[in-house]
Amino acid sequence: MDSVQDIKIKKIMHVLRHAPHGTIYTYEGLEMILIMATYDQDISVVFIGDGVYSLKKGQETSSIGIKGFARTFSALDGYDVEKLYVDQLSLEERGLTKDDLVVDVEVLSSENIGMLMKEQDVIIQH
Amino acid sequence: MNIGILLKEGPYNHQASDTAYNFAEAAIRRGHTIDAIFLYNDGVLNVSKLMDPPQDDRNISTRWTAFSEKYGVKIYACVVASKRRSINEDVLMEGGVITGLGTFTDIATRNDRLVTFGD
Repeated sequence: MDSVQDIKIKKIMHVLRHAPHGTIYTYEGLEMILIMATYDQDISVVFIGDGVYSLKKGQETSSIGIKGFARTFSALDGYDVEKLYVDQLSLEERGLTKDDLVVDVEVLSSENIGMLMKEQDVIIQH
Repeated sequence: MNIGILLKEGPYNHQASDTAYNFAEAAIRRGHTIDAIFLYNDGVLNVSKLMDPPQDDRNISTRWTAFSEKYGVKIYACVVASKRRSINEDVLMEGGVITGLGTFTDIATRNDRLVTFGD
């Protein structure tokens, strides 16, 4: 197996598509993003469909007995993960705007997200 | 082509494990190389040797062990996801390896393709 030093920098996009609670996909996706960020990869994260709810302000999870993690998304820049993209149509369909989100993101059309995906070496959907 | 596989669903409940297996077999038959299988989310449950389905059904972990031995492909399970789901060395099938996400980063970046199976 290659040592960590041998890893070439690749463009890796993580696609978050599920609501934050209800399944573990988003939370374990976030865990993966945080670990991969320590390997100096060129990481971007895109929120599509119910994935946009992961970024919604004012989440309160104590009544479901599950740790909230929305705030971790606003800490991603501390891990050099600064490319956060949100699908415009997914936001609109859910009555949300950029102002409803916990972190500054780039809102893009589905077409532009598709173009970004085309540039990636690796796409990991969560 | 060198291919890494990411499997995100557990056995039986979801078809992803069967599809990943069929894909891997078919890719090898076509002359491609399967570099490794990495298990994440409920996918880590694929490596439990405790599974004991009815005799007329496939045993998914035994099948992965046979696949691993036949082609020399390791089946890696994420350690953090495994700990959540009662997977440890005591229940680990032959050919299974519990490892960290650094191993997955290697697999994702060193192959021509990463193919994901799961919802």
